[in-house]
Amino acid sequence: MSTDELVALKNKADQRRRPHRACVCTAASCQSIGADRVLKALEAAVASAAREHEIEVRAVGCMGLCSAGPLVTVEDDESSVLYRNVADADAAALAASVGTTPVERLRCPTDIPFFARQHKIVLSNCGRVHPERIEDYVAAGGYGALYNALNEMTPAEVLSEVASSGLRGRGGAGYPTGLKWQTVAKSNDPVKYVVCNADEGDPGAFMDRSVLESDPHRVLEGMALAAYAVGAKLGYVYVRAEYPLAISRLRTAIRQAKAANLLGQNIAGTRLEFSVDIRLGAGAFVCGEETALLASIEGRRGQPRPRPPYPAEKGLFRRATLINNVETFANIAPIIEHGAAKFASIGTERSKGTKVFALAGQVKNTGLIEVPMGISLREVVEAMGGGVPSGGKIKAVQTGGPSGGCIPYEHLDMPVDYDSLQKVGSIMGSGGMIVMDESSNMVEVARYFMEFSMSESCGKCVPCRVGTYQMHEILSRMQNGTANGEDLALLEELTRTVSETSLCGLGQSAPNPIKSTLRYYRPEYEAALRKSPQIMPLTEEGAP
Amino acid sequence: MSLQQSRPEPPSDDKRWKIVNAAMRRNGDDAHALIETLHAVQEAFGYLEDDGLRYVAKSLRAPLSKVYGVATFYHFFTLKPQGEHNCVVCTGTACHIKGAPALLASLKAQFAIGPGETTADNKLSVVSARCIGSCGLAPAVVLDGTVMANVSPQTLMERVKKEIG
Repeated sequence: MSTDELVALKNKADQRRRPHRACVCTAASCQSIGADRVLKALEAAVASAAREHEIEVRAVGCMGLCSAGPLVTVEDDESSVLYRNVADADAAALAASVGTTPVERLRCPTDIPFFARQHKIVLSNCGRVHPERIEDYVAAGGYGALYNALNEMTPAEVLSEVASSGLRGRGGAGYPTGLKWQTVAKSNDPVKYVVCNADEGDPGAFMDRSVLESDPHRVLEGMALAAYAVGAKLGYVYVRAEYPLAISRLRTAIRQAKAANLLGQNIAGTRLEFSVDIRLGAGAFVCGEETALLASIEGRRGQPRPRPPYPAEKGLFRRATLINNVETFANIAPIIEHGAAKFASIGTERSKGTKVFALAGQVKNTGLIEVPMGISLREVVEAMGGGVPSGGKIKAVQTGGPSGGCIPYEHLDMPVDYDSLQKVGSIMGSGGMIVMDESSNMVEVARYFMEFSMSESCGKCVPCRVGTYQMHEILSRMQNGTANGEDLALLEELTRTVSETSLCGLGQSAPNPIKSTLRYYRPEYEAALRKSPQIMPLTEEGAP
Repeated sequence: MSLQQSRPEPPSDDKRWKIVNAAMRRNGDDAHALIETLHAVQEAFGYLEDDGLRYVAKSLRAPLSKVYGVATFYHFFTLKPQGEHNCVVCTGTACHIKGAPALLASLKAQFAIGPGETTADNKLSVVSARCIGSCGLAPAVVLDGTVMANVSPQTLMERVKKEIG
């Protein structure tokens, strides 16, 4: 690979380029409601109008507003029009509109807050490039950061860029990425690995899926930059088997990158050697925990082990291993390309850059958004999300999945960053954001998450294995009205015990949904106790 | 002696074992490839049968207890054959608060099976998934590989009945 070859790839994309483009979202969500048919119908409509020389019909990744899918963008170099809820029957009208007046009945305004308040770094290519064409990615500037870093920067300079950008791990815990990289880089281990955690197990989260489905090369470029910085030769992407489309696009991307000499030996004509392989998860939430994930790549049960030693010292096959999440890797190329200072200028003092959220639940606009850190939660769920569809009041916003908590309406004005979320008893998590309205009972919500944690507990340590079971039992008793007066105190004690004594982060954070709902919605727990005959006869309080 | 020769005899002369062998070979016939191999077996046969587990254990020189342990640890693997039709109800958070429990209840009422079970006539299996990542379309169901969006108990019943005939 040389500059010539990058240019050749870019030329290939340019040759396919037409003055007008009709881009159809083919990420999983739109695809499941007929985007494939829309794509075919559009291709046919353009062909039958004999306009292939002026219109390119392109399959692209996620455009974000999943609730209005299938989405189609018709664009030229000056303007772009977004269409919502497109059916295959609309293809002829859309094709005919290219270069003339837009089809108003299908038009989706793009000046609404959902789009206007976004700041796209990670998702900048999503919905624009063809996820299965490396030349599209290169034409959008892709692999430029890798090429320049290999030719003009030392590994130490790459490290220091990442460190001074202030990027923190996007998988949930928010550990400074630069620090992690430096630890692995410092290790004398002759064999090192770079691992991408794409085991997006949080129910209600689909950021990583969308990134892998929409822009897989971005993740590979980030991993290659990491390999250069820390001195690794082999990388793994550990991805959920439940994401078949993401897996197939990632496989395609790896094959293309190899063929273009952007992975493999002598990458881009330099001495860098780095290969990437895929390992499939098999439906275990605990494998999102890094030591469990490594055990799973080694073909064993996904059970965590105590840290230290941290994976940065002794990880995969007992070698120094760098593990980052999909979104973290997707941030690397832009940081190297535009500089750490630019990245650090976005966000808050201690949370730099942007965060991708999967907005879902009782909210009008569901989908994928990328916002600058520090944006207020109210802006995200009310302005961008459009509030509750029925017009009701938002009761809580759940972030961080089973390891996170529920943020009540009173706190909606808080800024979204790692530390503020922790202060109100939740966590950033990987980016799932579920809006709940008054129809959600918080004891039920806590029970739901506890059932999840209970059945996903790997069983290795007692506090988590037994504690989650007992907490679930108590919450179930509260729900069916058989809890007794001591149960609430017992539940609180259990949340402390499990938090403080569990082996891994998942066990330690499993009680969070209970803790946060107890903190803000205690009356609902007390009401659940009153249903119980031991406290008060059923006749007085009535059935649930 | 090549690795090829040291491989034990497959449980049957079913051609699908060749796919499984290829998966093991691709990963160097190493015990590290256990999960990849089990994926290959399940994809080829639909589930992990006992003979298959024994064969994989021998081929990768891994104790059968380890193979069984891994096969039962991960939710994605199933040791029971599945019905002709497969209905996966997503029970992720977004689907849960938008009505997944009602979908499972309607399946239970109609076919008398819950998650992880198959009807006596082997027509339908119901599976619950942790989250299929289509939260924007909640509640979602995957019926025979096709994702259904914004599902109600009525539409689910209609579609399932149509599928199983």
